[in-house]
Amino acid sequence: MTTALAAAPPRHPHDDLLRTERIPHIWCSGCGIGIVFGSLMAAITKSGLARQDVAVVSGIGCTGRMAGYIRLDSFHTTHGRAIPFATGLKLARPQGKVIVASGDGDLLAIGGNHFIHAARRNMDLTVICVNNFNYGMTGGQLAPSTPFGAKTTTTPQGNPDEPFNFCALAAACGASYVARWTALHIRRLTNTILEAINHKGFSFVEIVAPCPTAFGRRNKIRGALDLLKFYYDRSVVKNHLAPGEATIDFDHNLVVGKFVEFDRPTFLDHYQMVNRGEVEAWPATGVDASAAGQRKAG
Amino acid sequence: MKYWRQPLDRDEIQVIRGQVEVIKDRCKGCGFCIAYCSRGLLVMSRKFNRKGYHYPEAAQPELCVNCHFCEVICPEFAIFSSQADAAGQQPPVGE
Repeated sequence: MTTALAAAPPRHPHDDLLRTERIPHIWCSGCGIGIVFGSLMAAITKSGLARQDVAVVSGIGCTGRMAGYIRLDSFHTTHGRAIPFATGLKLARPQGKVIVASGDGDLLAIGGNHFIHAARRNMDLTVICVNNFNYGMTGGQLAPSTPFGAKTTTTPQGNPDEPFNFCALAAACGASYVARWTALHIRRLTNTILEAINHKGFSFVEIVAPCPTAFGRRNKIRGALDLLKFYYDRSVVKNHLAPGEATIDFDHNLVVGKFVEFDRPTFLDHYQMVNRGEVEAWPATGVDASAAGQRKAG
Repeated sequence: MKYWRQPLDRDEIQVIRGQVEVIKDRCKGCGFCIAYCSRGLLVMSRKFNRKGYHYPEAAQPELCVNCHFCEVICPEFAIFSSQADAAGQQPPVGE
């Protein structure tokens, strides 16, 4: 039995979707990105989509390595430009599903403007943001998600800035599906990613993931398991809460859940309407030329 | 789990038996699967893999119920469970 196993190592259920020649991957021991990546692959398998209809695009950073490990059409873009690339891909091949998987620094610091405008246009993308509260790959520098007071390489006395609330930002910009989970809510996360893939419109899923090497070590939570538990123990599930109230409060109220889900026309729907001439003249009430100038200013 | 009496349908209920497999050379020894195994059947091995990490091994493989949680929590895709060929076992209650 043992000799047979040594000759042919057992095949993991995700091996069909993994570029196994690149495994083991570069992520540190206990990194949450691997868990999210497993959830993403499980969701893609569950969705039953044909392999040629799914593409994964990612930017730079630890999470950006996902595109290189998945055996699908994938692209590793320049820093922050995952969403513009994915937008082009989606518009060129609208029948496919495009998944953007990237980190908080890539999507919302350098790629922040691309993110808010893709959400505004309701571009039909699935954006998976692994939030580890710092720039892990370059050594743990301050990111827009770093909690107030947390220590990083560039803020050794503690972070003086208030962090972004990514879910509130996405919802305020017009995203039609917004959810947040921690890396230990694995089953719910898989279901959420599956829903986000099937949702028509801009879907945003934020995952609070442990970064034991760069973030935990400087903040006195050294073990990967401790950090995973730290986030999970403080999480409170509140589905359909107004995203503005969905705070990441590490004392007792790290709100997770599905906050926003509604349907509205995507960019492509509107663009085709305009091209077919189906949009009414603007403004819809029309302009009354005789009334112009009669109303006194002030 | 211990009950103060035997459930009446104990003879009818069959619990699925699973089998845990570890791909040793992928493991980086984070210990997530050991901490979160619902039946507590995994322990850290004293041996090293090719990269110098300790890897998990099943101390009581007969306890596995094929819940797949080690499989989904493993960030390295190094452990998974599958249904064992043997017929189901009776739930271990009241013992």
